[in-house]
Amino acid sequence: MSTELQLPRAARIFVSFVALMRANGFAVAPEQTTAFLTAIELLGPRDLRDIRHAALATLAPPPERRATFDRLFDLHFRGNEAIEHTDDGEDDETVRLQEEGRGDEEPLLSDDANESGLTAARTEALVERRFAQLSTTDALRRLSREAPRRLPRRRGHRRMRARRGPFADLRRTLRDSVRSDGEILRLGHMKRRRRPRKFLLLIDVSGSMKSRTEENMKLAHALVQAAPNVEVFTFGTRLTRVTRPLRLKRREQALNAAAHLVSDWDGGTRIGDALQAFLAVPRFGGYARGAAVVVVSDGLERGDSDALRDAVAKLSRRAWRVSWLTPLASGPGFRPQTDALVAIERFVGDLVDGGSTASIVAHVLALGRRRAA
Amino acid sequence: MAVRSNIVGIDSPEALEKALRAAYYLADEGLATSAYLGLALGKPLLLEGAPGVGKTEAAKAIAAVLGRRLIRLQCYEGIDASAALYEWNYPRQMLAIRQAGDESIDIYGETFLIERPMLAALRAPDSTVLLIDEIDRADQEFEAFLLEFLSDFQISIPERGTVRAAERPVVVLTSNRTRDLHEALRRRCVYHWIGYPSEEREARIVMLRASSVAEATARAVVAAVGKLRREPLSKAPGIAEAVDWAEAATLLNKGGARWPDAFKRSIGVALKDEEDLHFISPRLDAMLAEATA
Repeated sequence: MSTELQLPRAARIFVSFVALMRANGFAVAPEQTTAFLTAIELLGPRDLRDIRHAALATLAPPPERRATFDRLFDLHFRGNEAIEHTDDGEDDETVRLQEEGRGDEEPLLSDDANESGLTAARTEALVERRFAQLSTTDALRRLSREAPRRLPRRRGHRRMRARRGPFADLRRTLRDSVRSDGEILRLGHMKRRRRPRKFLLLIDVSGSMKSRTEENMKLAHALVQAAPNVEVFTFGTRLTRVTRPLRLKRREQALNAAAHLVSDWDGGTRIGDALQAFLAVPRFGGYARGAAVVVVSDGLERGDSDALRDAVAKLSRRAWRVSWLTPLASGPGFRPQTDALVAIERFVGDLVDGGSTASIVAHVLALGRRRAA
Repeated sequence: MAVRSNIVGIDSPEALEKALRAAYYLADEGLATSAYLGLALGKPLLLEGAPGVGKTEAAKAIAAVLGRRLIRLQCYEGIDASAALYEWNYPRQMLAIRQAGDESIDIYGETFLIERPMLAALRAPDSTVLLIDEIDRADQEFEAFLLEFLSDFQISIPERGTVRAAERPVVVLTSNRTRDLHEALRRRCVYHWIGYPSEEREARIVMLRASSVAEATARAVVAAVGKLRREPLSKAPGIAEAVDWAEAATLLNKGGARWPDAFKRSIGVALKDEEDLHFISPRLDAMLAEATA
């Protein structure tokens, strides 16, 4: 770091901008501040645009927080009057669904309407049944403890040494053979290491799920904390990625940060459109590839059930297994009654109880023993 | 922070933008500024954006401007040091040991070393540009290993010692953002998010890349592609698709197909997913009529 800044007084405004960014939760390292100042010097700067470019290039705000960055920048360098208040939820992480139908607030069925009927073809193991009786706190504790071990895994592409395996470890074999004058006495083996599979949790936060929303968010937080590569989205009339806030360690803080991002709590439901939107954003759609996908939703769709069916079909082809957890299935025997659930039943690997934290935890932890569907 | 005042006579973002244009790459102001800063500060340039916005092309153009060879390291899940740095030629080593008999032999000599992209870039930093493509596909371990490489540009080979770059190599990383990269990696780089170009710019790109295409055709294709990108498709057409579509439609037109029809018949060049085609087909005629109006 050798460049002498000729104008330390002039540099103050830039350094204080970095401080402002840090105060607003942007991580900026000291080396980035130095690079920022050097970049400004390199560029002239001829006008404010140069300073903005320099800030973007060197301070590297995450794209999904670009709107916040722009506001801070304008506040700092152009004063208050330049700020136009934009909707906070319109960052890159939110996809607004085109408002066509009415975002209906009323559920089709009341929350306690448990349709009982024939048992769904998929029965839980008895062991899991017992766990499903746990209290919420115990269930979350169990999730945190066991998720690292029990979530689905897959064979990765990295290799590790093994006593037996399909690949020859030539490096080790050669080293061993040097000791015996080039004679190969034992061939080293390698096998593919097992890795945690991607896990995608999609949570319905519409009005009809209101009584479960907070519990579901707590569960999502516990899951993100317990395991790597978990992604969480909420959907109602919009689709919002909430993985980032949920990575905060303290639950209170994380849930507040997530609440801040999501702007469609307790509104209408357009599950089909939300899933279509999810699949249409390339990097979101990428999260689903080969992933264990769990949708927590009552399937009370006010949109078009064809859109929902197509979206779930597409999702199931892309994912390793799709599980649909609905609070309406908390009866012992359950047969889908709503159009939406009937439409998607063919495409999901599981259509089971999602009416309590304990039952969701039980299902999530049992997934590792299942196969692709 | 050492600043290189002069990179082959390019002393401002505008100069770089002009040089890139001469290499058939139209960069907007933001990209030209970031790339210029990356070169001037000697930091790696990290380009993120949706597939098909021209990230890899940008790296190729930068290499062309600097008159250097582009070394490409395509990332994939499970890529590790032996694919990125160096590997020993084991069969050859085994053979050498056997042939040597009682003579002593250095089986870790240069003849047995297989150079991989990162080592090649370290050894010739003044004549190469290292492109680390789609870093988001690699796993966390590789990212951590890359951090180390990007901070001091040296590699230690246990059997031979340390290889250090004589000067800081020019490195471009690209990411489709299929996962979030580590903050530390973004900090170490000069960062730029590439979005889809404006219609005006994209039409110019199409004409620059496909010289046979008339301006009206380029504009129509860009308008249609813009509409398609606003639809919920699983594979939105990128810039390369727009160029190909314009070329394909022009070819069909020369063979006698009328205008909107030529676009329609060559739609497979732009949309490469059966479901997307099925989804769009009811509205395709109207869309094309509007775009060619």
